[in-house]
Amino acid sequence: MSLDLHATAPPEPRPPRARTSHRRASSATKLDLKYSPYLYVLPFFVIFAVFSAYPIAYTVWIALTDRSPLNATISFVGMDNFVELITDDPQFWNAVVNTFGMFVLSTVPQLLLALMLANALNRRLRAQTFFRMAIAMPIITSTAVVALIFSMIYAKDFGLVNWLLDSIGLDPIDWRANRFASWFAISTMVDWRWVGYNALIYLAAMQSISKDMYEAAALDGASRRRQFWSITVPQLRPTIIFTLIISTIGGLQLFTEPLLFTSGSGGLSGGSEGQFQTITMYLLDVMNQRFRWGYAGAVALVLFVLIALMSTVNYLLARRISSDK
Amino acid sequence: MSLPIRRRQLAAIALASVTVLATATACSDDSSGGGGSESDGPVTLVVDVFGDQGFGYQDLYKQYEAEHKNVKIQERGKGLGLGDYNTRLTQQITAGSGAGDVVALEEGTIVQFYAQADKFVNLADHGANDLKGNFLPWKWEQGSTPDGKVLGLGTDVGGMALCYRSDLFKAAGLPTDREQVGALWPTWDKFIEAGQKFAAADKKHKFVDSATNFYNVVLMQIAGQGTGYTYYDKSNKMVIDQNPDVQAAYQLTTKMIGAGLSNNLQSFSNEWNAGFKNGSFATIACPAWMTGVIKGQAGDAAAGKWDVAKAPGNGGNWGGSFLGVPKSSKHQKEAIELAKFLTSAQGQIGAFKAVGNLPSNPQALTDPAVADSTNDYFSKAPVGKIFAAGASDLKPVYLGPKNNAVRTAVENTLRAVEQGKSADEQWQAALKNGAAAGK
Repeated sequence: MSLDLHATAPPEPRPPRARTSHRRASSATKLDLKYSPYLYVLPFFVIFAVFSAYPIAYTVWIALTDRSPLNATISFVGMDNFVELITDDPQFWNAVVNTFGMFVLSTVPQLLLALMLANALNRRLRAQTFFRMAIAMPIITSTAVVALIFSMIYAKDFGLVNWLLDSIGLDPIDWRANRFASWFAISTMVDWRWVGYNALIYLAAMQSISKDMYEAAALDGASRRRQFWSITVPQLRPTIIFTLIISTIGGLQLFTEPLLFTSGSGGLSGGSEGQFQTITMYLLDVMNQRFRWGYAGAVALVLFVLIALMSTVNYLLARRISSDK
Repeated sequence: MSLPIRRRQLAAIALASVTVLATATACSDDSSGGGGSESDGPVTLVVDVFGDQGFGYQDLYKQYEAEHKNVKIQERGKGLGLGDYNTRLTQQITAGSGAGDVVALEEGTIVQFYAQADKFVNLADHGANDLKGNFLPWKWEQGSTPDGKVLGLGTDVGGMALCYRSDLFKAAGLPTDREQVGALWPTWDKFIEAGQKFAAADKKHKFVDSATNFYNVVLMQIAGQGTGYTYYDKSNKMVIDQNPDVQAAYQLTTKMIGAGLSNNLQSFSNEWNAGFKNGSFATIACPAWMTGVIKGQAGDAAAGKWDVAKAPGNGGNWGGSFLGVPKSSKHQKEAIELAKFLTSAQGQIGAFKAVGNLPSNPQALTDPAVADSTNDYFSKAPVGKIFAAGASDLKPVYLGPKNNAVRTAVENTLRAVEQGKSADEQWQAALKNGAAAGK
């Protein structure tokens, strides 16, 4: 019986030590698999929390107060700042008009030019790499330097452009006094700097378009121009949407170029009558000249909403570029 | 063996994030210093100033360092415009860190810091009241809050004169001797008449550099003799639309622009600087500190071409600064001593010699080093005498907390008039924008 007993006895359990250690190892692996990805992304989120999330939250809070270094106390004013901003602040709406005006005036030619340039560079050229590098050069120059040099080019008395106008018998233009002239001048600064960047992005996207499509189109007798509009542009749709959104964000936050367009005192005013004061300049004007930090917070939040709105509108517009047509 | 590697990465990442967190929190430890150290160990004092020419303290620093072996002085801010400087200072004072140990406060912006007087060392607690006699009474008053805290000790005052190009005057048939030139314009209206004569004879140059400099000088003079305040009354109420002095100064300025006398240069801009170099205008309203600006911008080529005459009207003041010590300074005791030294008669005379800033100390004003001084650059003009005349019996002009913002708004409308817009419409815009800026 004893033998039987032995035979039917359940198999001897594994040494308990070994088993727990295995279990511990596997649970550590599980823990590792489960949580270490979070740890990998943690540094980003820590930095994001400190430098983005907290400032955003603080902006929302401060926008609801009358915070100012000139006030000893901070009082909660609810939506007052927003109400004043939207209903009773012509200077803000002037800045909005300026910002959108310059945005349209700079972005439309900028993206079109970039598209043309990329298309040209996508063909076989001599010294191809040189040209492709050359268009990227403006990006690595500092905005401040660009703005300073363009300010001299557009100077009223000794500027290059006025000298050229004068030499062909036209009246010189006071680039800072006239609203449209100032928008134009600032847009050229922006475009000089960003056309190459966008062209490079388009170029990269163009190179991934299958050559077969062009061959087939060529066989069908489509002209270069037709190929461009019917193959290249539709194929670039996601890229165009990307550049549009990036340009929208950059354009609506336009700051350095118009600020440095005025040399000397009062740069934040953007011209004698605010001809080229953008929203970000107005924000700083309110914050640093008038010390209305709460109100500046409201301006920042409204700017955020405007950018989100414009990006959506642009996205919807760009989505209509269809590859079916 | 993937597991150990992963663990090592994990440890590295954990370490990295802990370090990030630690550095992030370490920043907040700074503000605990407060009370001012008692040690006699080496101390570095940071002095914050502004303006193209700075405050002319270099030699004084050397002297002070030689007398105080444990002190090293570091200056920041030379070349920084007042606007940028003040923005930075406001943020540093509000944040309670980052400001220098001794900071310059300008006449137009010190009022704004009255509201933050608790962030500054009250110099009255450190024997400043004993020094009261060392400053012009109105200067002392400007440096103290209404409830008697001493925020800053006076450095310089602006004074008031008119700088002119005697070579251009000669070519236009105007007198060149500074006495006769001064006699040419007993009032601002006469000044404009003289300008019209100049303009008739000289089509190439303009009479005045810019409307805004002209306006600021005229406003400070008229307000000094009139209400004693500009855009804000003494209870900090916005009165831009009620103060007759503002309107009078504005009208004089638009009259000057209307007579075609302005060179339409934006003050402190590249074009304005180039205007000095090219000699494109014949006169500029000249507080004492402006002589340093002219010399710096016009350069050696124009030495001896400029001269200084009495300003139209009756004396006046534009500009001038104070030195204060923020509570965030870790070496308050040493900083206070340095501020006292720099604002002493000796310090003010040193600054006058270096960059022409007119002392606010009555002893320094009458000191032969100032009173009998002549300026070689300005055709040996007796600048000490010209600027000091009237500085002692000036009445202070009260400037409100957001004076700079309102001033910028009003200046912009004057620039619009220079650009050809209607003076009446721009006056309305000045009232509206000025009030909005001061809100």
